[in-house]
Amino acid sequence: MADGLSFKNEITKGLFRENPVFAMLLGMCPVLGVTSTAINGIGMGVASSAVLLSSNVVVALIRDLIPEKVRIPAYIVVIASFVTVVDLTMAAYLPELHESLGLFIPLIVVNCLILGRAEAFASRNILASSVIDAVTMGVGFTVALAMLGAVREVLGSGSLFGLAFVHEDATTMLLFIMPPGAFIALGFLIAGVNTGVRKARAVAAAARARAVSAEPAAEGVR
Amino acid sequence: MAKMESTFANMVLVLTAIALISALLLGFTHLQTAERIAENRAARQRAALEVVLPEFDNDPMEEAYEIESIERLLFHPATFEDEPIGLAIRTYSRQAYGGELQLMVGFSPDGIITGVQVLQHSETPGLGDAITRDRFLKQFRDIDPREFDLRASVDNGDIDTITAATISTRAVADAIRRAVDAFEKVEGAQ
Repeated sequence: MADGLSFKNEITKGLFRENPVFAMLLGMCPVLGVTSTAINGIGMGVASSAVLLSSNVVVALIRDLIPEKVRIPAYIVVIASFVTVVDLTMAAYLPELHESLGLFIPLIVVNCLILGRAEAFASRNILASSVIDAVTMGVGFTVALAMLGAVREVLGSGSLFGLAFVHEDATTMLLFIMPPGAFIALGFLIAGVNTGVRKARAVAAAARARAVSAEPAAEGVR
Repeated sequence: MAKMESTFANMVLVLTAIALISALLLGFTHLQTAERIAENRAARQRAALEVVLPEFDNDPMEEAYEIESIERLLFHPATFEDEPIGLAIRTYSRQAYGGELQLMVGFSPDGIITGVQVLQHSETPGLGDAITRDRFLKQFRDIDPREFDLRASVDNGDIDTITAATISTRAVADAIRRAVDAFEKVEGAQ
């Protein structure tokens, strides 16, 4: 029961409560920079998640071998290596996506989401929970980038996943595929998601309150 | 397991070990991917060559050459049944809105521009990146640079300027003019 609860806790943590984009506002550079299309957003999310998972695994495995004072350089070397592996692999097998993400792939190294999870979670927890942490945080990051990319692509280019639904010469809201549009779209998305999360939490709290008030009655019977 | 002490020896040892293992991993990845990455890059240039040149049966990628007096331009000669049928020049401009712009410009032997393709650019998505669209690039098909004024229409030239992307249009014009100058130099020397 306790395990089930903490597992559910972990899942909602990455997706909602501590969502890297909507709740913690981490890694804003790729979030704003590459999300001009939904595909780019998903590509960036998956690439970052792959790095996050690999670095969390390695950091969790070697955390006791790293002297406290050099832990940050050690984590950065681990992260930078995995970023380069992802960069080269994408250049070889997904050249078009690699081209459109451009400089943002090497910049995953400095995404504070990844160093943040290594420092705050993987270096203090066992392998299994570090893997769960990386997966849920990665999914939360990818979903957020995909949502922002989809909104910007629909409004800015009149297409979704590259499938145009307006005429080629149609005037679309170009603002949304440019940086200012990224800020505007992100602001509205954060507001919308957080309102939804708050409502869901209020409903859950009300349900808990009912359960608590029902308990003394049950004890009274016993 | 006890945490490793932060002594000098330990720190050097651990960082060296991590760096070594990382280097091995990177070396391995490089070996696995280098060939495919080179192939992808060559495929992109080859695709551009096929668009800007008439049909050829040699390998302009293999036979590419540079000329000492013209820096950073690459010349791809094209032949069909051993007859020269064109020359593609990889050219660049540093006047683009973002970063460096690289173009492939095709010429027929008598100096007519047969086509232009964008190899690499960092222009604004949705505005400047319209220079990669066929709607813009088709105006450079079969034009004579001796009659066609290779400047943007806003500068009283003959190139249709992209609305809201004057700088990107000028960069394309700059790169093509560089290729035309190089072509005249190469042909004049022969």
